[in-house]
Amino acid sequence: MTTLIIILCLILIGIVIVQLGRVNELAGKIRGQEASENSANNFHGIMCIVFLIGFMIMAVWTTAYYKNWCLGYGPHTSASEHGELLDGVFNITVFFTAIVFVATQIALFVFGYIYRYKKGRKTLWLPHDNKLEIIWTAIPAFVMTILVVGGLDAWNTVMADVGPDEEYMEIEATGSQFLWFIRYPGADGKLGTKDYKKITGINPLGQDFTDAKNWDDFQPSEIVLPVNKKVRVRITARDVLHNFDLPHFRVKMDAIPGLPTYFVFKPTITTEQYRQNLKEYPEYNVLADPEDPENKKKLWEEFDYELACAELCGKGHFSMRKTVRIVTQEEYDLWLAEQQSFYMSQIRNSDEDPMKGKALDMEIRQRRMTFNNAVEKARASETDKVIRLDHVKFQTGSANLTDDSRYELDNLIGALNKYPEMVIEVMGHTDNVGNPTGNQTLSNSRAASVVNYLLNKGVNSSRMTSKGYGDKVPVEDNATAEGRAKNRRTEFKIISQ
Amino acid sequence: MSVVNYDEDVLIKEQGFDDHFHDHHHGDKYQSNFITTYIFSQDHKIIGKQFLITGMIWAIIGAGMSIIFRLQLGFPDDSLTWIKPLLGKWITVNETTGIGTLAPEFYYALVTMHGTILVFFVLTAGLSGTFSNLLIPLQIGARDMASPLLNMLSYWFFFIAGVVMFCSLFLSTGPFAGGWTAYPPLSALPQASDGSGAGMTMWVASLVLFVVSVLLGGVNYITTVLNLRTKGMTMWRMPLTIWAFLITAILGLLSFPVLVSALLLVMCDRGLGTSFFLSEIFVGGEALNHVGGSPVLYQHLFWFLGHPEVYIIILPAMGLTSEVLSVHARKPIFGYKAMVFSILAIAFLSFIVWAHHMFMSGVNPFISNFFVIFTLIIAVPSAVKVFNWIATLYGGNIRFVSAMLFAMGFVSLFISGGLTGIFLGNAAIDIQMHDTYFVVAHFHIVMGIAAFFGMFAGIYHWFPKMYGRFMNETLGRIHFWGTMIGAYAIFWPMHYLGMAGVPRRYYRFDNFETFSHFSQMNQFITIAAIIVFFLQILFVVNFFVSIWKGKRVTTKNPWGATTLEWTTPIDAGHGNWPGNIPAVHRWAYDYGKDGVEFIPQIVPLTDEEKENEADLH
Repeated sequence: MTTLIIILCLILIGIVIVQLGRVNELAGKIRGQEASENSANNFHGIMCIVFLIGFMIMAVWTTAYYKNWCLGYGPHTSASEHGELLDGVFNITVFFTAIVFVATQIALFVFGYIYRYKKGRKTLWLPHDNKLEIIWTAIPAFVMTILVVGGLDAWNTVMADVGPDEEYMEIEATGSQFLWFIRYPGADGKLGTKDYKKITGINPLGQDFTDAKNWDDFQPSEIVLPVNKKVRVRITARDVLHNFDLPHFRVKMDAIPGLPTYFVFKPTITTEQYRQNLKEYPEYNVLADPEDPENKKKLWEEFDYELACAELCGKGHFSMRKTVRIVTQEEYDLWLAEQQSFYMSQIRNSDEDPMKGKALDMEIRQRRMTFNNAVEKARASETDKVIRLDHVKFQTGSANLTDDSRYELDNLIGALNKYPEMVIEVMGHTDNVGNPTGNQTLSNSRAASVVNYLLNKGVNSSRMTSKGYGDKVPVEDNATAEGRAKNRRTEFKIISQ
Repeated sequence: MSVVNYDEDVLIKEQGFDDHFHDHHHGDKYQSNFITTYIFSQDHKIIGKQFLITGMIWAIIGAGMSIIFRLQLGFPDDSLTWIKPLLGKWITVNETTGIGTLAPEFYYALVTMHGTILVFFVLTAGLSGTFSNLLIPLQIGARDMASPLLNMLSYWFFFIAGVVMFCSLFLSTGPFAGGWTAYPPLSALPQASDGSGAGMTMWVASLVLFVVSVLLGGVNYITTVLNLRTKGMTMWRMPLTIWAFLITAILGLLSFPVLVSALLLVMCDRGLGTSFFLSEIFVGGEALNHVGGSPVLYQHLFWFLGHPEVYIIILPAMGLTSEVLSVHARKPIFGYKAMVFSILAIAFLSFIVWAHHMFMSGVNPFISNFFVIFTLIIAVPSAVKVFNWIATLYGGNIRFVSAMLFAMGFVSLFISGGLTGIFLGNAAIDIQMHDTYFVVAHFHIVMGIAAFFGMFAGIYHWFPKMYGRFMNETLGRIHFWGTMIGAYAIFWPMHYLGMAGVPRRYYRFDNFETFSHFSQMNQFITIAAIIVFFLQILFVVNFFVSIWKGKRVTTKNPWGATTLEWTTPIDAGHGNWPGNIPAVHRWAYDYGKDGVEFIPQIVPLTDEEKENEADLH
């Protein structure tokens, strides 16, 4: 109904205007061509001035009204080091263009008013004026030179890649329909290799997990960066073009499938500090969510830097948001410590893991550390002299050591070499499945197999004995599978140290 | 100021050039029946009108689309159920609340079609197609185009291109929705966007047909200007309109084929498995085999057309404005030669600035240095043009007819929009401004609205020549002030959006805190856009009513202009001049010379003038 009324109103207004036009033309005919043209010319001459004044007031007023949203004139100062440089170029350009804008618009409309038609006015014969033309070619050329030099100076500074000796951190942003993936290099500081053909549902970036550099890479849900540290963002895309846009940091760069780009910047204001800055402005002192009566937070308290997409990438283009948090170095270190490697938490030993069943260097290092700690603890202890060899495993039903076991046994050799006086007893245990005699035999031969390995590696036979305990010394309840798994074990006891 | 009356017919008869033209209506193969006169016409005046009216239809469609997506942007939570009869499945109605929402993919289709239609169909075909056809033969003193047949084909290829594009609007997967620039991989992969399937295929087909039209037209315009000028019409006596059309046609001829090659390569990537623009893509749950291509290469090819294209749009508008300003200020255009040289300079520079659209596209930042320099150099000839237009008004006797108002509006808009180009052309500022509403504001003002104003100036000014009647001046002036204020109301605020970093091509802004503070402004813009849209409807009504009901033209030269088109009969038939072709003795801008209000080009030089001219050389 309202639609109908609106349409009817519009049609009526249209008819009124058209009739007005016809009536005015007819009236002109009655008054005489000349008189009506004269009054029309006067009217539109005055309109030129009215428009000009209105236009200039509008330009000034809107600029004042929106100044807090313009670059660097209100709370939205650049949160990055290079941003101030760019805002500087912007301001110089505003200065020059504003002068030209005001001067030419005034000239245009004021001339319109002054030289409005008057019967019999003699026009000026002025087909050209070389001096004038040279002046107004030279002035813009000069101004443009200033702007070009200033602009290019800033541009080449900002877009320079990191130097070879520069200290910086690198992260990676990958655009996809319709979300960003962020990847951090982890402890090694290096991003692992990728191959788009390896992308699957659980490996969204196609990381090559045979590459050790990938094992500690992690994919946080937001970008967290330490303040005042140079960061190089490696920018890629998975499917179509995207654009890595951080408006508060004056950062923008296309993400292109198959053609990595980068942007280097240094954040200078922490999120917390930026919030404090916003607090000073009334427009940020309204409720963050007026619809939610529970939420009493002000807008500035909920402020976050944002990552957006600025290159049309399909129907979800407008929704590719991630938050960016700038924190102090201490906060960053804490956050970093909490992050879990993507590989370790999502991929390790799943069917997607090319390293499934194989020990990783870092795991071997980790085992060595755990083992050495256990040895030190047992040596220091009065009573508990037994150390469990968690990673020594046998093939099912046999006394043949698995390949993986050697790492743990090498750790044991290391300990024996470190403490030449140490004498040990290697102890084999089984669970209670099968007959006790068989279990006893199996545990005997498994313990012997370990001793044998050590012998072959040059450990003196006088320093070790082996003994099988069958299923007689369980540490857990044999009724459950987990319990039985714990009971199947190899241990050694420090006899003397 | 004295008005000297000449008997034009006598002058043409005595001084003109006899090319043995016979004005025979009966058995004339060009206009023997309705179909050959009005549909498959080979008369440049009719073809010009065909371009104009087709362009107007497309303008209404394109602007209507913008109203729909402006409603989405201004009132994202309001119901659009009322428009469901028109858009069908693209409006999904929530069953409980009854609120109809525009599908995001169709929002992007609308944005894409709006751009394509306005840039190519309206501001290229509708503007330079109309006025090149209408004015080139009339103003240089030719009977018709060099090849009337190619000229007719030029229109009909444009028409078919339009039909193909129009049909694509009704595809079940929707029309193409990847932006008017059609960047791959989005445009190359139907898996990435529904519109990139059949929609993109039809978009490409339509544009290729369109380019054929531009090329046929362009070859014709160039040949006609170079070869068919009447006796005495040297290059330096041509009106600035003709200079603008000539250079526009050359730009089109050099740049449009590059677009075709880019589109051809996209089609190869889509259909033949090549990898010109595609590399290492995982889309739709599948890793594609394309390796080694570069999407940036497409952008280079596209903008090699795309940038000259904006001058293809604006140069004719500049030409029309120069002419209209001069006629209605009753003064010669200031610095005629400087105007011609600035057109030439702008045209030349337009070919070496294309990568300023690509500062943030992953191009080597070093290369951008050159493009910044060349881009900002364009400001110099542009500034010269602006100063010269303003100087043309100085000391004049300005008749505020609608055409003149629109020409002055053009200058105002060209200043406003041109100055923001200085920001965007500077790569350092473009880092923040690229792909924001600042860009939208810039190009809509400088090559959208300004080009439209040039076109309106042309239509109001030459309407008497086209139809032998005047348009209603009162409505024209209402149309002008409404559109002028409305256009600034729409696009001025967008600069602030851009400075706040709000990206263009967003379906809604409330996903981001940073972009969500401007809902009032967006509502204001939408309301202004709707009002301006209805003002254009007013123009269309005025146009069509005036064709049949407008005030009749009673004299051949109602504006007191110097150029040749006003020496033809009011209802000029095929061949334009019934007898001899007029010969030309002077440039096109003798307004107010020696105290005479205007001296047409066909008037021979007086002895005194001959002496002065001899002194000059």
